[in-house]
Amino acid sequence: MLIEGDTGTWEMVIGLEVHAQVISEAKLFSGASTAFGAAPNSQVSLVDAAMPGMLPVLNRVCVEQAIRTGLGLKAHINHFSVFERKNYFYPDLPAGYQISQYAHPIVGEGTILLDLEDGEVREVGIERLHLEQDAGKSLHDQDPYKTYVDLNRAGVALMEIVSKPDLRSPAEAGAYLRKLRSILRYLGTCDGNMDEGSMRCDVNLSVRRPGDPLGTRTETKNVNSIRFVQQAIEIEARRQVEVLESGGTVVQETRLFDHRSGETRSMRSKEEAHDYRYFPDPDLLPLELDPAWVAEIKAALPELPDAKKRRFMEDFGLSAYDAQVLVAEQANAAFFEAVLQGPKGRRDPKTVANWVTGAYFGALNASGVGLAEAPVDAEKLGGLLDLIADDTISGRIAKDVFEEMWQTGRPAGEIVEAKGLKQITDTGEIEAIVDKIVADNPDQAAQVAEGNQKVVGWFVGQVMKATQGKANPGVVNKLLKGKLGG
Amino acid sequence: MSELTRISLAEARDLLGKKELSSKELTEAHAAAVEAARPLNAFITETPDRALAMAEASDARRARGEAGLLEGIPLAIKDLFCTEGVLTTAGSHILDGFQPTYESTVTANLWREGAVLLGKTNLDEFAMGSSNMTSHYGGAENPWRRSDSNAKLVPGGSSGGSAAAVAARCALGATGTDTGGSIRQPASFSGIVGLKPTYGRCSRWGIVAFASSLDQAGPMTRTVRDAAIMLRAMAGHDPKDSTSVDRSVPDYEAALTGDVKGLRIGVPKEYRVDGMPAEIEAIWQQGIDWLTAAGAEVREVSLPHTKYALPTYYIIAPAEASSNLARYDGVRYGLREAGDAPLVEMYEATRAAGFGEEVKRRLLIGTYVLSAGYYDAYYNKARQVRSLIARDFAEAYNHVDLLLTPTAPSAAFAMGEKMDDPVAMYLNDVFTVPASLAGLPGISVPAGLSADGLPLGLQLVGRAFDEETVLRAGGVLEAAAAFDAMPAFVAA
Repeated sequence: MLIEGDTGTWEMVIGLEVHAQVISEAKLFSGASTAFGAAPNSQVSLVDAAMPGMLPVLNRVCVEQAIRTGLGLKAHINHFSVFERKNYFYPDLPAGYQISQYAHPIVGEGTILLDLEDGEVREVGIERLHLEQDAGKSLHDQDPYKTYVDLNRAGVALMEIVSKPDLRSPAEAGAYLRKLRSILRYLGTCDGNMDEGSMRCDVNLSVRRPGDPLGTRTETKNVNSIRFVQQAIEIEARRQVEVLESGGTVVQETRLFDHRSGETRSMRSKEEAHDYRYFPDPDLLPLELDPAWVAEIKAALPELPDAKKRRFMEDFGLSAYDAQVLVAEQANAAFFEAVLQGPKGRRDPKTVANWVTGAYFGALNASGVGLAEAPVDAEKLGGLLDLIADDTISGRIAKDVFEEMWQTGRPAGEIVEAKGLKQITDTGEIEAIVDKIVADNPDQAAQVAEGNQKVVGWFVGQVMKATQGKANPGVVNKLLKGKLGG
Repeated sequence: MSELTRISLAEARDLLGKKELSSKELTEAHAAAVEAARPLNAFITETPDRALAMAEASDARRARGEAGLLEGIPLAIKDLFCTEGVLTTAGSHILDGFQPTYESTVTANLWREGAVLLGKTNLDEFAMGSSNMTSHYGGAENPWRRSDSNAKLVPGGSSGGSAAAVAARCALGATGTDTGGSIRQPASFSGIVGLKPTYGRCSRWGIVAFASSLDQAGPMTRTVRDAAIMLRAMAGHDPKDSTSVDRSVPDYEAALTGDVKGLRIGVPKEYRVDGMPAEIEAIWQQGIDWLTAAGAEVREVSLPHTKYALPTYYIIAPAEASSNLARYDGVRYGLREAGDAPLVEMYEATRAAGFGEEVKRRLLIGTYVLSAGYYDAYYNKARQVRSLIARDFAEAYNHVDLLLTPTAPSAAFAMGEKMDDPVAMYLNDVFTVPASLAGLPGISVPAGLSADGLPLGLQLVGRAFDEETVLRAGGVLEAAAAFDAMPAFVAA
């Protein structure tokens, strides 16, 4: 996105660092549980509390998750990587260092495809992914004078996923985060819940004149929703443009986004920046991966959103938009495919897609329930679509039936039967009604004869009204055209 | 002094095995010796009640026909090993009141084999020192005195309390830890045997860390056989320590064949440092002669990067320490000063009061060498040199099976000497540090007395995980030296 300043046009250059909490039972270097929401300091091992003489032992599951994520990002897996210590003092960092990866991360360069609003697809580079420990939480609001520390989160495994500075707008940043989250969820390596903090984002941003070399960047820390990321980008980019246009220079620094005041604030400058004194953790051996294990993990990867989208378009003839909407969440795609598969073979993909993305997702959103708790499951929705397909009910009636199904959880056939909603397809029966209506409305019939085709629609409406919508619309149209000679 | 404290660990084991002696009797004798030796300040914490309870439990096990490798043997434990429910200080003020809720793997192994805890021994603060004088609890005193002087001597360090306790016949053996010589140098100063195993042989879990890539636990005993017995009980793979090695533990005692015929012994020419006292030269030559007489082939070898070992060590060890000791911040355990002040003031006050001068010096050095802009010149360079030093040894072991060197460049010095000159103090480690950097096993065996009547040790350094050859040749040196001098404190 280009920003029009007072002195011309500016381009924003954005790179994102995402901290994604690894799904694992135990922490990265200890056996303590990672479950969210437990009582403070109830999930802390001796290692997590950095008691004297305690040593980290790498959790194989976390390594597997990082490899899986790397493969999902089509990234290079480094068969040799090194855990290093990042040294700084803070009460929620018990050892006084965070075990992270620095010079030799477990995952190198990869790519991610953004699905943009206009249906365009854009490739963004992944710089690296590395494993590191999360810190604990400092609680400043428990006491007016004291700070309390909760170490439940201390030592939980994070994947830091760093993009290349390939993003150019808040929309692209949003699309990147949504796509990354989608891939992580497909892989089962991170639940992507930004509100629980299991996915957090730092924004690196600079502005420049289009075509110029990169400007000085700032890093905005810990922005905890996609909406806030987009806001922070917008605000920080405008701030930098204002600084530059008023003759100033952008300072390389760490900033904080305050969503309440809608501004970014300086947190610490480059001069105040910590010297983390990274060095290889002597308590841990370099991590060497068996290529056979990596191949095994690769072979077991699920079908990922891009591949699924392609398949939905190629095999089912779906539009890019429909396919994109369906594959964003793995469960939605699975639901779509479950509805698609009828007892008598494949249902019409286009119809299924329209119903799933339309009425069905609409009902889900409106009622605020998830797929698992929805009153209408794939089989019931499929049953409804079958009644449309075999002309038992019209699409119009089907909407009402669906609403009833959502309210009661009853199958479509039962509702149609009980309420007598079966479509009238008997041409003779409909013809009698058509004849009566044409006879009762000679003026309108005359208008049609004079060439006013719009009035045909009025007749269709009258017939549908007379049949409570149950007349097959195709038959009605055909008969009316014959009778009115339109 | 009871005769029961003058026997060796192996002799005690055999007497216990024949039921000619109970652990209770043995332990009571040693607990009394510990008490009698209080002037030496070898122990920070004595645990006589626990010792007696453990001894009685041991006797009960033996009565049931159960006996571990160290069944009923009273030992002293360096106060760097975390012991469940027993104050663990690392010789530092900053760990005030710290009682671990867990037991280090090495001590747990010892208790599993039936050993009895007499107490926790004094040490240089966080194992940083070669004199035991940096301890917050005051220096431990060497039970030896010069023949011509009554000056109090240091027992060496950092495992000085353990060395003094074993030399003063307070314990049949003690654990030590060795980072750059902290087992071998005090063993040499105190006239006992000290074995630093191969890095990875004993678990580091539950040992307060100094420099993680160097720290290694080992036995300190009065005989080579006792060291072999104790090491077997201490060693073993520990899944809780990623750097411990998964290799079976041999019966080290069985390796003591007394036969070194055909064994090739290397004498590294670079160890003939300028200014080495003549009596150290002489004891070294004596060792060469003994081994030659026993049928070994002694030849000169070269370890060309030896002169870089000490500076390399004094970059790597402080670098790791600066990070390892960051956890002592007053937040969770131990000392907290200025607890009502803002965070940074609390940190500063706690660490200023909690750490002694030597620890502070090393933390500053370590922080410096890891800093942006200096990292490559110091830490990274030191890592590179370290690998060259390891390569020197590997190359030498293409030609020889063991290396023979003096353990330390001097006999024990007096308390107060060298205290104002850190570099002179660091030179104590000149012969022990290279093997530490290479992770190799080394033993110090008492070989004779200096002109003024102080013990001098000889060091044997072997291939990685070849403690058996180290012990075998150590046994031959021991037999040839027939070292039977008694420290003044015991003889008195």
